Amino acid sequence: MSDPVPQPTEPGAASAVDPVAPIDRAGGYLGPTGAAAVAAARRATPTRWRLLLRRPAFFAGAGILLFWVVCAVFGHAIAPYNPLAQQLLAANAAPSSAHWFGTDPLGRDVLSRVVTGARDILIITPLATILGTVLGTALGLAMGYFGGWFDTAASRLVEAFLALPFVIIALLFVVAVGSSIVGITVIIGLVFTPLIARTVRAAVLAERHQDYVSASRLLGENPARVMFGEILPNVMPAIVVEFTVRLAYAIFAVATLSFLGLGIQPPTPDWGTDIAANYSGLLAGYWWQTLFPALAIASLVIAVALIADSIEQVLSS
Amino acid sequence: MAAFLLRRLGLMVLTLLLLSLIVFFAGQILPGDPGRAVLGPFAANSAVQSLDHQLGVDRPLLTRYLSWLGGLLHGNFGTSYAYRSAVEPFVRAALINSVKLAALAFVIVVPLGIAGGVIAALYEGRTADRVISVTGLSLSSVPEFVSGIVLIVVFGVTLKALPVTASAGAGAGDLDQFRHLILPAIPLVLVLFGYIARMARAGTIEALNSDYARTAVLKGLPQTTVIRRHVLRNSLLPTITVIATQTGYLIGGLVVVETLFNYQGLGNLIYKAAQAKDYAMLEAGVLVIGVVYVVATLIADLLLTVLNPRLRLGGTE
Repeated sequence: MSDPVPQPTEPGAASAVDPVAPIDRAGGYLGPTGAAAVAAARRATPTRWRLLLRRPAFFAGAGILLFWVVCAVFGHAIAPYNPLAQQLLAANAAPSSAHWFGTDPLGRDVLSRVVTGARDILIITPLATILGTVLGTALGLAMGYFGGWFDTAASRLVEAFLALPFVIIALLFVVAVGSSIVGITVIIGLVFTPLIARTVRAAVLAERHQDYVSASRLLGENPARVMFGEILPNVMPAIVVEFTVRLAYAIFAVATLSFLGLGIQPPTPDWGTDIAANYSGLLAGYWWQTLFPALAIASLVIAVALIADSIEQVLSS
Repeated sequence: MAAFLLRRLGLMVLTLLLLSLIVFFAGQILPGDPGRAVLGPFAANSAVQSLDHQLGVDRPLLTRYLSWLGGLLHGNFGTSYAYRSAVEPFVRAALINSVKLAALAFVIVVPLGIAGGVIAALYEGRTADRVISVTGLSLSSVPEFVSGIVLIVVFGVTLKALPVTASAGAGAGDLDQFRHLILPAIPLVLVLFGYIARMARAGTIEALNSDYARTAVLKGLPQTTVIRRHVLRNSLLPTITVIATQTGYLIGGLVVVETLFNYQGLGNLIYKAAQAKDYAMLEAGVLVIGVVYVVATLIADLLLTVLNPRLRLGGTE
């Protein structure tokens, strides 16, 4: 068994997973990844991490991710041309030995823009995911640990946020604060917060009545110490899974926002922005201007998804 | 059952109320002035102020929220700043268009996803399972506009097999309109396939490992009968929840797909309203999405309760 299989509940056994559907105790739906993350947390042992190295999907994903990280760091040195240099006489040129991926309507080299386009997305997405994970973990720990009216109120608010598709919330708020790199990072981080809080909360509920928690409470430790010192290390695997899954979503989201004209702004090389700028040229046959950035996004996001899935499977196998 | 229904309906109303608050306040903090947005940057200040007064956007926030909410309850969705006419007909037409596209995507993806998941479960751990699982995971992490671009390049531009715009134009027959919707529906199908297949796989594996499935095999029933009568009936329950929760994400995907394929649906309406700072239109569009999602979740819960006697008789855990 290697997927988010709903575990049968033994009578009297504490389980975060319902026998029928992954439903947390407030009756809310956790989603396939959230349920798996919680299940993974309960089975994690240090030796399982070593199993990761035996998975081909993990190696493939890590290899592709490494390639794009190298492009992000050394992109301007590797790229054959300046990604901003316009050569209007060579506009819309098909792929050739001079321009392997052709040129765009302004005569800029598509290969150079694809290579250097890795930078901004690989800066924004990890930062946004870290922000969302830190805030979501704090909120989820507090919701799960304190329970009561605080948990009820926060759960309802989370529920209301989840009723809106991620892209639409992001759209709503990006229009409100404008599309700077800092703005997008903060918005994606904040939009992730309730999603991550929900998974962490479910994981905390599974831990809250364990003896070690009761013991440290009886010792008179303050709530913050119990939450962060005792419970947090035990729900860490769930958080790691959640982080990698959300990282893939963040790439999805930033690329989508860029495509909608609300992300990284031109002329900065960016895959989503370049696709938005050039996709009308598809009908004229200029497929290279959009296909190569599209393949770049696809390869990056699939790589991160494969890494996330491998970690999740290793932790839950 | 009645108490369960009432509790669910109460929670639904609360969620919708919170949702309206989020939408309203996100709409209000959008920078810029609706009067200025309508009249353009060169209009006189006095004209802008008088239009703001006419539109009622110079009143206190709370008054505006209450009158807006009151209007919603009477079926009045407000007046579009950009079109200077009631929002409701626009939203209604867009909703109908989006439902057509979403319905086509669902009709394709639900049987495909369930079949994929069940096949993967029957061959658990073998090549067929790995291929379906990794393909599904990869496809569901690729943004819709990326797969859309690849599809346009392959089927629209290279093979010229399918039209690359979603609208057939006025006066086109139903069959012609259907042909135009095929290409836009596929990116949505690709994203959803992974989620549905994953859930169907997990449910089927659990049902295959259950005591009742073992009993059915041991008493000599043919394998197809075991799967059809004993396994599938139990394994598809969690899948229903996933399908319902994915409606929200589906609508989020519509924003991108409808923009890429230039289709006059709800996603396109929201995107254009956000760009024009047409608050009333934006708020109405986003609220409709929230309502669709919340209602879909409620229907899934009820369906699950009707289909699963354990939940119906035992109540929620």
